[in-house]
Amino acid sequence: MNKIPNRQAICEALMARAEADPDIVVLCSDSRGSASLAPFFQTFPGQSVEVGIAEQDLVGIAAGLASCGKKAWCASPASFLSTRSYEQCKVDVAYSRTNVKLIGISGGVSYGALGMSHHSAQDIAAMSAIPDMRVYLPSDRHQTRKLVEALLSDEKGAYIRVGRNPVEDIYTEEDCPFVMDRATVLAEGTDVLLAACGEMVKPTQEAAALLEKGGVSAAVLDMYCVKPLDTETLLRYARQVKAVVTVEEHAPTGGLGSMVAQAVAEHCPKKVKCLALPDAPVITGTSKEVFEHYGLNASGIAKAAEALLK
Amino acid sequence: MNELKVLSYDLRKDVVDMILSGKGGHIGGDMSMMDILVTLYFKVMNISPDNQDDPNRDRFILSKGHSVETLYAVLAKKGFFPIDEVISQFSKFGSPYIGHPNNKLPGIEMNSGSLGHGLPVAVGMALAGKMDRRDYRVYTVMGDGELAEGSVWEGAMSASHYKLDNLCAVVDRNRLQISGSTEDVMHHDDLQARFAAFGWHAVQVDGHDYDALAAAFDEAAATKGRPTVLIANTIKGCGSAIMENKAGWHHHLPNQEEYEQIIADFAARKESALHE
Repeated sequence: MNKIPNRQAICEALMARAEADPDIVVLCSDSRGSASLAPFFQTFPGQSVEVGIAEQDLVGIAAGLASCGKKAWCASPASFLSTRSYEQCKVDVAYSRTNVKLIGISGGVSYGALGMSHHSAQDIAAMSAIPDMRVYLPSDRHQTRKLVEALLSDEKGAYIRVGRNPVEDIYTEEDCPFVMDRATVLAEGTDVLLAACGEMVKPTQEAAALLEKGGVSAAVLDMYCVKPLDTETLLRYARQVKAVVTVEEHAPTGGLGSMVAQAVAEHCPKKVKCLALPDAPVITGTSKEVFEHYGLNASGIAKAAEALLK
Repeated sequence: MNELKVLSYDLRKDVVDMILSGKGGHIGGDMSMMDILVTLYFKVMNISPDNQDDPNRDRFILSKGHSVETLYAVLAKKGFFPIDEVISQFSKFGSPYIGHPNNKLPGIEMNSGSLGHGLPVAVGMALAGKMDRRDYRVYTVMGDGELAEGSVWEGAMSASHYKLDNLCAVVDRNRLQISGSTEDVMHHDDLQARFAAFGWHAVQVDGHDYDALAAAFDEAAATKGRPTVLIANTIKGCGSAIMENKAGWHHHLPNQEEYEQIIADFAARKESALHE
C-alpha cells in the first residue's frame, strides 16, 4: 500500500529542481503542512513565501512574482483556492498570462466529515471556465511527478488538483507513460469506455477488471488533463465502443463528464453516463465512505457500465 | 514655468479626446490621478520604451484600472505607442486599447480592472526585487473607493510583514465614488491611521502639487524597513470647474458644449501654469 500522497510527490518534484533553479518559488497560505510543503520551506527558505490565511493575497503575490521572472507555485486547499481567490486566478494569472501554478490540495471530498465548506466539488468547473486556464488532476504519485516536471518547463498558468490521502499506485517509477496534455491509455476495450481523472482513476481501473470477468471489454483512459481535454484520444476510443462512462470526484455539472459528453455528442453521439458526486452537500463520512455511498468505487462503476450496456 | 503641470493639461486633453472617440471612459478619476501619474512617469520612475524589458526597471500597476485613459496618455507621451492611434482606436472593435489596462500593450505590466488586485501583485513584484537583490521600486495607484476591497488589506498586511520598503502605494483620495461621497458609501476618513496600524509609513500629500508629490515620493524612497503609502488628496474631475467634485462625472460622457468648456478650461489653466 502506497503511503505517499500526491501532494508530497509535488513537494519532492519541486525540491529536486529548486536548487538548480532559484527562480522556483513556493507560496503557502498557512498551508505548508497540509500541502506537504514544509520540507521545501525548510530547505529553501529564500524561495518560500508565507502569506498567512489570505488566499487572494496568495495568488496576487504569486502573479507579481511571476511577472518578475519567478516560477511561482502556490498551494492552498482546493476549496479555498478555487473560490476565495477565483478572481485572482482569472485576472492575475490567466488573463495577465503569468507563470503561476495553482496547487489545489485536499481536493474534492478529501476533508470528508469537515463538510461542504472544505469540499471542492466545483473546482474543475470553475477553473475550466476561465479562458486560457489549464486544469490537471493527476491520478497517482508517479504521474504527479511527471506532471510537475512538465509544468516546470512551461511558462503558462495552470491549476493542479490533488487529494489529501495517499492513493494506490497505478504506475511505477520506471513505467509511467506520460505525454503532456495527452490522456494515458490504461486498458484497451471495445464494449465500453471508462474515462476518469484524479483519484477516481484507480477504482475505474479496478472496475474494468471486474467487467472483464463478466465478459465486458472496457477501455480505460486516465484523463489527468481535463483541460485541455485530449479529444483526439477520447474520440478514438469513444468511436469504437457502445457507450461511455466518466468518473470524477466532482459535482455532476461542469466537470470531466460534461466535457466528455460535449465532445462525444458533437463527434460520435452515443450514451454517456457521468458518475460524480451529487448536486448537494455530500453525506457525512470519510472520503472513502462518501465514495462508496455514491457508487464511486470499483463495483459501483462496473454496475453503472453494465446497466448502460443493457 | 511648471513644465509637468503644463504637460498635464495637454495629456488631460488627450484623455478627453480618447473618451469622446471611444464614447465612454472614467473621466473623473482620470483627472484626479493625472498629476500623480505625470510625476511618477516624468520625474520619479526609471521606465521608458528603451528599458521596458530591463529587469531593473521600476514597476507600475494601475490598480484603479478604470482610469486607463490617463495611463494611455502618459505612456503615449513616453513613447510606448502613438497617441493618435490611441485616440482613434480607444474602445473600438478589435482595438488593443481596451477600457482597462492590458499587458499585451507595451509599458503595461499587468492586467487590471477588477478592484483590489494591484496591491497584492505589487507586493509580489517587490518581493521578487528583494529576492533578486535588485534596486528597482514598485508603485501602484489605488482609488479610495477601492479600499473597501478586503484584498487591499491582505496586501497591506503582507507588504509590512515583508518590510517592503521598495514598494510605494498611492491612494487617489478624491473622496467620490460612483454612488456618491466615499464617506457616505464606506468611510475612509482615518486612512493615514489605518495604514499606519498596518505597519506602513503613511503620508498625506496634495495630489495636484508637483513639488509636494515629488517630495513625498522622495520621502517614500528614503523610508527603510517598511512600505510607504501616499494618501494623495485630489479633486475628482480636476482641470475643469464643470466636472470638479461631481460624482456624476465618474464616467460621464461630455456633450459638445461641455467638451468645449472643458478644453477652454484646460487651455486657461495651462496658460497660467506657463507663468508659474
